[in-house]
Amino acid sequence: MAMRIDAANLHYRELNERIHEVVSARETELLLDSVLGHRYIGAGLKGGLRIEINGVPGNDLAAFMDGAEIIVNSNAQDGVANTMNDGSIVIHGDAGDILGHSMRGGTIYVAGLVGYRCGIHCKAYESKLPVIVVGTTAGDYLGEYMAGGAIVVLNRDDEPGSPVGRFCGTGMHGGVIFVRGEVDDYQLGAEVAVAEVGEADWGILEAIVADYCTNFDLGPGRLSPDEFLKLYPRSSRPYGKLYAY
Amino acid sequence: MPEWLTQPDFLVERDPERCIQCEVCVRQCANEVHEFDAELREVFSDSAACVGCHRCASLCPTDAISIREVELEFRTNANWSPQVIRNIYRQAEQGGVLLTGMGNPEGLPIYWDRMLLNASQVTNPSIDPLREPMELFTQLGKKPARLEFAEDGALQTQIGPQLELKVPVMFSAMSYGSISYNASEALARAAHEVGTYANTGEGGLHEHIKPYADNMIVQVASGRFGVDVDYLNAAAAIEIKIGQGAKPGIGGHLPGEKVSADISATRMIPEGTDAISPAPHHDIYSIEDLRQLIYAIKEATRYTKPVGVKIAAVHHIAAIASGAVRAGADFVAIDGYRGGTGAAPTMIRNNVGIPIEFALAAVDARLREEGIRHDASLIVAGSFRCAADVVKAIALGADACYIGTAALVAMGCHLCQKCYTGKCNWGIATQDPYLTRRLNTNIATRRLTNLLQSWGHEIQEIMGGMGINAIESLRGNRDHLRGVNLSDRELQVLGIQMAGE
Repeated sequence: MAMRIDAANLHYRELNERIHEVVSARETELLLDSVLGHRYIGAGLKGGLRIEINGVPGNDLAAFMDGAEIIVNSNAQDGVANTMNDGSIVIHGDAGDILGHSMRGGTIYVAGLVGYRCGIHCKAYESKLPVIVVGTTAGDYLGEYMAGGAIVVLNRDDEPGSPVGRFCGTGMHGGVIFVRGEVDDYQLGAEVAVAEVGEADWGILEAIVADYCTNFDLGPGRLSPDEFLKLYPRSSRPYGKLYAY
Repeated sequence: MPEWLTQPDFLVERDPERCIQCEVCVRQCANEVHEFDAELREVFSDSAACVGCHRCASLCPTDAISIREVELEFRTNANWSPQVIRNIYRQAEQGGVLLTGMGNPEGLPIYWDRMLLNASQVTNPSIDPLREPMELFTQLGKKPARLEFAEDGALQTQIGPQLELKVPVMFSAMSYGSISYNASEALARAAHEVGTYANTGEGGLHEHIKPYADNMIVQVASGRFGVDVDYLNAAAAIEIKIGQGAKPGIGGHLPGEKVSADISATRMIPEGTDAISPAPHHDIYSIEDLRQLIYAIKEATRYTKPVGVKIAAVHHIAAIASGAVRAGADFVAIDGYRGGTGAAPTMIRNNVGIPIEFALAAVDARLREEGIRHDASLIVAGSFRCAADVVKAIALGADACYIGTAALVAMGCHLCQKCYTGKCNWGIATQDPYLTRRLNTNIATRRLTNLLQSWGHEIQEIMGGMGINAIESLRGNRDHLRGVNLSDRELQVLGIQMAGE
């Protein structure tokens, strides 16, 4: 039986302290009710706890998180998974700006759309490979400065036009972005190259999408590689020739 | 560069009478200035490659080498200095942004030298620090507005986490990557031995430096390299780096060739990739956003550690610092325009920012006016060269100083300003194992410890002369400063009186 905390009338600091008490008691399941913009839920949490959130969590959900699992049954606000090291987050609604900023590992699955600067400066290290899957569309600056990991934009609603904004992948020097739908050249940063999804890429992408579908109880998809574009960095050293010595 | 434009900065002269062809200079110079001609059995030097670091001259067993600056390569011109002309040649050749290292060397005014300190004469007694207690102990962190006591006199007010310094001088942020591992370790160990703090910069916390983590401040900068919750919790304090005096407003690139296996592990990035720190933090576009990150870090460390903000001294610094304090910073570090760097664009380093003296005076005054000075400690950086600079800064309102260049000089740096090339012959600003092993960590630690101890003694001497026995009484005590060679306006901004007044 999951522990339950009613967040109504609790300041975020009290709520987060209560969550730490739950961690100390070695509980593995926690249900938060009446969450209303409480910030920093799950900040710095290690693995072992699964938190389900009813209501809208506030900014910096799962900042610096290191292994815990979070399920949000509605929308999430800005700064989800800021500098997250490990763990998993499933959001059953939309999410705000800077989702996955400087994230080093773990997964974030969003049912709906994300705002600006999603996946900015995502990085990978050794076995850690951050994965972000956006259900519908993403705002401008998707994957800016991206240094590692994978971002997938699924365009589930088949919106007309491009599912990503402008300045996509600006400064990108690692990682990969898969977009289901069109991306015009003017939307891309100068550092980004575009390719079709090859066999090896499809293997990775299919596994990511399958896991995403499992988390949202969606049936097996009928996607094919030719619906996607692969965006990748032209160079791992985009600014190597900037200086005079 | 074409021959006809090659203008050496230095002239390497070898006294043939003294030179014994031992080739020490050949082995010591990573810039390959010296070469042994096996046929002629003689060492020759190519002045064009010399950076003026004096490694060869210092180690030459017979003092055969002397290095002179080349001054007369160009016709004398007060406007077009040799440096300006050489820079244009370099850019015309390579088409890139000029890079440089260390702090601003331009001849702009150094205001510490225009402020003089007071001493006791007749009307109040001076104190001899050799025979009487002289307190340098300094705490950095948010102080309560008032204290409350129980009836039995026990303190009831909860005081937040504080850094505790035995000398009001800390080592400023220098990342492992910009400096060698040996230099990083020496800084951490010296901070530990003396009872002060060193700062990781954005280089992560190396596994072997973790034993000294109680004396380390860790940085969270825009690239978030090496940052995870364990890193935050290992440290004594966390510093959010917004800016740096040598390059306000811009980010940084650690080139892939410097990202070795060990650096990759410390920064938690793949080996050989560029470590790009964006110009802004992309989660901080406002004071409110800064507050959000400060509290995210406080939440992740459960309010057990001071969280500060480092900013470069720029226009409107007082308002910016006030914002940082209101955002919840427990300390604000301000880095003046003479602050050092491992690599910065020359134009930025030499032309952006304001002197730390004015920034400090303005910030301290502003925080006092607003009644929030106790909410955060002020750390100042940006070229503290000696104990007197530190004393003047504290009298002007600082709680503590950061030193970077002075610490490097203590370890042997000769200020050649070529840190960015990675060819530091002194083993400090390099990752080349052949060069880094030149810096012995035990010796470097001792030299740093000696430096801080000698500055500590000098600070005590100066305080004793003023008749002050605790650094708290000197802090923000501008009555002990007088100006010389300053305009009325300068005196006004510094908030001090003219000498003789």
